[in-house]
Amino acid sequence: MDDGRISRHGSGAKLWLAGGWLLLALLAAIFAPLVAPQDPLAQDLMLERLPPFWMSGAEPGYWLGTDSLGRDLLSRLIFGARIAFIVAFAAATAACLVGSTLGLVAGYFGGWADRIISRIVDVWMAFPPVLFAILLVAVLGTGLSSVIIAIAVIDWTRFCRVIRAETMGQSRMDYVENARIAGYGRIGIMLREVLPNVVPSIVALLSLEMGIAVIVEAILSFVNLSISTDDPTWGGIIAEGRLSIHQAWWVLVFPLITLILTVLSFSQFGEGLKARFDPVLR
Amino acid sequence: MSACLDIRDLSAVLPNGQRVLRSVSLAVQPGEVRALVGESGAGKTMIGKAVLGVLPSSVRIVEGDMLLEGEDLGKLQPKARRTLIGARTALIPQDPLTALNPSRRIGPQMTDRLVRILGWSGEKADQRIRQLLDEVQIRDPDRVLKSYPHELSGGMRQRVLIAAAFAAEPRLIVADEPTTALDVTVQKQILRLIAQLQREHGTAILFVTHDLGVVAKISQKVSVLYAGKVVEEAETAALFAAPRHPYTRALMAATPRYADPLASLKPVDETVLAGLAAEIASADQGWRRPHG
Ligand SMILES: Nc1ncnc2c1ncn2[C@@H]1O[C@H](COP(=O)(O)OP(=O)(O)OP(=O)(O)O)[C@@H](O)[C@H]1O
Ligand SMILES: [Mg+2]
Repeated sequence: MDDGRISRHGSGAKLWLAGGWLLLALLAAIFAPLVAPQDPLAQDLMLERLPPFWMSGAEPGYWLGTDSLGRDLLSRLIFGARIAFIVAFAAATAACLVGSTLGLVAGYFGGWADRIISRIVDVWMAFPPVLFAILLVAVLGTGLSSVIIAIAVIDWTRFCRVIRAETMGQSRMDYVENARIAGYGRIGIMLREVLPNVVPSIVALLSLEMGIAVIVEAILSFVNLSISTDDPTWGGIIAEGRLSIHQAWWVLVFPLITLILTVLSFSQFGEGLKARFDPVLR
Repeated sequence: MSACLDIRDLSAVLPNGQRVLRSVSLAVQPGEVRALVGESGAGKTMIGKAVLGVLPSSVRIVEGDMLLEGEDLGKLQPKARRTLIGARTALIPQDPLTALNPSRRIGPQMTDRLVRILGWSGEKADQRIRQLLDEVQIRDPDRVLKSYPHELSGGMRQRVLIAAAFAAEPRLIVADEPTTALDVTVQKQILRLIAQLQREHGTAILFVTHDLGVVAKISQKVSVLYAGKVVEEAETAALFAAPRHPYTRALMAATPRYADPLASLKPVDETVLAGLAAEIASADQGWRRPHG
């Protein structure tokens, strides 16, 4: 009992920390034009490679320094968050809707529905995901919507597999049989009785997938397959920072930290929410 | 007066051709408690599931009829059958934890079902549920109705399930080893509760158990099942006075209270089981698999 309480407090703190960072980043993204100290695209060769604020040679107003074209790093990170969050929400939601629905159907109905869906998942997962993504973007053309579609098309299987297994476990429980005896229809039972029991897992996966989407978007930007190069993206900034690592390490390090914090927060937030949602764990 | 439940020559097979039920015939009269005993794997649960229309998809009924209050379940459309079973029957399950939905509070779980089966208003269903909770001696219905299943003790959960089973006034309740998952100290109370509610509501019960002590306490009639076959059927008192079938006698010898204490630890006699196996094998020979 005591152990439970300790771990619950631990997970509560994690939930708040992760949620706090995500909220901060989300607000910054939404109000980017208001909160960004500079124009993220404005180049000024007089201000190139300014160091972060605590180092000598820093200029006020350029808190995290500037890149090799004199653009303000903090402003670029803030505007980059916009694309990161759009991709995270849209791609993860799409993958979740498709994958969870198919997983629920396969797990609950079993039989041929399960065989067909499971076979599709197997075939799908035989493709290496990064190659798959690059291939898809090459076919669809670069751009925000292609990136979103590519991530959803690749990652729905992640939801499908987990939700199928969980649904199967739940469907074997006696409460499902009890609902059958009481005369409820199959689809009604699936939605009313089984679905609420897999929602915690869906929520956790959804949050995790948002983190994954952020990484995938960064990778695609890094290899220059994402959005047009004008708009700052975290992956794009990292790619540029890599080139000037010896002259201006901050251009690489700050976007990396931002990326890692965000991805970790998404996964921790999902786990924390799951624990909150689950009446048995709660 | 037609029987509440009438099973005639029911046979069921697994995909590999193995028979799980062999020409089972069994009737439960209105208001009667019929015990169904037999060792593990005999097919007791299968009979219950067949009646309630929830056999696993791998189990196929190959012959026989089931009549619920005179209505032939096999002749009804699936939807009509579901409605009939839902209105006339209920289950008191073995494991009260998994029989309740873990993510829903007790109250809505119970009332929803009444609203669904009887078409009552939520308020009326709630009153009815509270009345039943009182009958199963739950003293703090407000707390219980607001709880999630895992917040209650095993005995509490089983009380809730008993209340739920009787709430819609079914004609037949299938009780599948309703006390085996419980603490020994709670078992007696739960058994007494079921017997009491059964008497007050006049509900017929098909009571599955492998405890002959329970049989003696609660039932008027007994069917003894062995390897999917009813090997003996009798009034409970008569069965205990003079068990006719060798398997029944062996079962009694293996049950502590009904023999001398020294013999009580012996398992069912091997020679009896061997004889039974031979008998069933020869019966299977005469049985032809229907097409497919
Ligand atoms: N889902 C299933 N699919 C296929 N066969 C099953 C399934 N469940 C049980 N069986 C088989 O059917 C037979 C009868 O099982 P059943 O569960 O009815 O026994 P039981 O008399 O209720 O035993 P117990 O006292 O252990 O509950 C057994 O041989 C068992 O292996
Ligand atoms: Mg059983």
